[in-house]
Amino acid sequence: MNYKWDWGILLQEPYFGWIWAGFGWTCAVAILAWMIALSLGSVIGVLRTIPHPLPRAIGTAYVELFRNIPLLVQLFLWYFVVPEVVPREAGMFLKRGLPMPEFWTAVVCLGFYHGARVAEQVRSGIGAIRDGQRQAALAMGLTTTQVYRYVLLPVSYRIIIPPLTSDFLGVFKNSSLALTIGVIELTARSRQIEEYTFQGFEAFAAATVLYSLVTFAVMTLMHVTERRTRIPGMISLEAK
Amino acid sequence: MIEVKNVSKWYGDFHVLKDCSTSVAKGQVVVICGPSGSGKSTLIKCINGLEPFQKGAIAVNGTSVGDPATNLSKLRSRIGMVFQNFELFPHMTVIRNIMLAQVKVLGRTEAEAEERAMKLLTRVGLVDQAAKHPAQLSGGQQQRVAIARALAMDPIAMLFDEPTSALDPEMINEVLDVMVALAEDGMTMMVVTHEMGFAKKVADRVIFMDEGHIVEDATTEDFFGTPRSERAQMFLSKILSH
Repeated sequence: MNYKWDWGILLQEPYFGWIWAGFGWTCAVAILAWMIALSLGSVIGVLRTIPHPLPRAIGTAYVELFRNIPLLVQLFLWYFVVPEVVPREAGMFLKRGLPMPEFWTAVVCLGFYHGARVAEQVRSGIGAIRDGQRQAALAMGLTTTQVYRYVLLPVSYRIIIPPLTSDFLGVFKNSSLALTIGVIELTARSRQIEEYTFQGFEAFAAATVLYSLVTFAVMTLMHVTERRTRIPGMISLEAK
Repeated sequence: MIEVKNVSKWYGDFHVLKDCSTSVAKGQVVVICGPSGSGKSTLIKCINGLEPFQKGAIAVNGTSVGDPATNLSKLRSRIGMVFQNFELFPHMTVIRNIMLAQVKVLGRTEAEAEERAMKLLTRVGLVDQAAKHPAQLSGGQQQRVAIARALAMDPIAMLFDEPTSALDPEMINEVLDVMVALAEDGMTMMVVTHEMGFAKKVADRVIFMDEGHIVEDATTEDFFGTPRSERAQMFLSKILSH
């Protein structure tokens, strides 16, 4: 192979700036999407554990819809199809009025997709708590909302920290798909550098390092959270 | 205080409670015993509406439990319940367990709730464990905390669902002692248990259940003296033979 390595390219402007700007957009898409995923997923997950058929059906329908369509297809649906099928004014807003439509579309799409996955984890976390806990909380006169707020959810979040970590990492990695609708995030910037300089190896190596760095930071954050919220005396949650 | 009238309950096709009727007067202690699967736990869970029933009526202090218009949360806050597996909330300290419903349901201030909790912990002999988490306590200690947690709501009656069945033998007595003291203080109690010593000591009446029926509902002397049904006699001879 006749390849001329030039790591220095990564420190030259504008490429240095491109990489960091791309990294910034990657983080912005992923973190905002994760906030949507966590809140929406918690609500949907709770709906699926309520002993009434209607909320359960809504929760199940949501999860099956967003979990079963490939993420890339969902992204295209949100970006190309949704603005055409919603009422005219809303469609015009999505296409013309909304600043950075590709960015917000990516955020919403990833948020809804990971929301379905978080919902399943929240549901399984609540399901792992024996029914006596719910009964004891109800027997004290707490309302159903209070039972979830003070008893079931705090314990269930602790149980699901490991799978939630995987999904938090997943949202960073999946954010690279946003380049297909024009978000100039880290992967897009790397490709751009490759096209401008033909130094693709260096550019993608930098991207790889930055993705690894951010996932390492997420793992550390989740690990610290797990340790901080560990319940004293509980073996199952103590084991590492 | 507690009136159970012709209550029937089904789990699908399975008939768990068959036309059960009984009542508990204020200050009475009633022990419910019977073989496993006879419907004892289901019956007392119907009394605070944790289990729905399809037929009959239950009234606690004049409030109908089965009536859809009844504010079940409010009713439950006045009936203490103790479970076989303690069901303390694992992520809260002992004192937080006892304070939670006082603050969130009764609207007491943190300070009031804490004071009440400490008093009750003193009463059950666990005042030095207040800052620990449930998993750091023994089973007997956890169950005493659970009793304190129920008492913190100033209940008009207490329901016990096999409170000593999950305990190591040497811890049973520390829990029974608390329950005996409670009975002697005049608390209205319904207790599902196999501890016949406890029944003899403090129960006013004993209810014997089998296959969803209340087979026997007698005063304690009559029950241990001359149980009328053959089934109850057999049950007693089996659990009292050692």
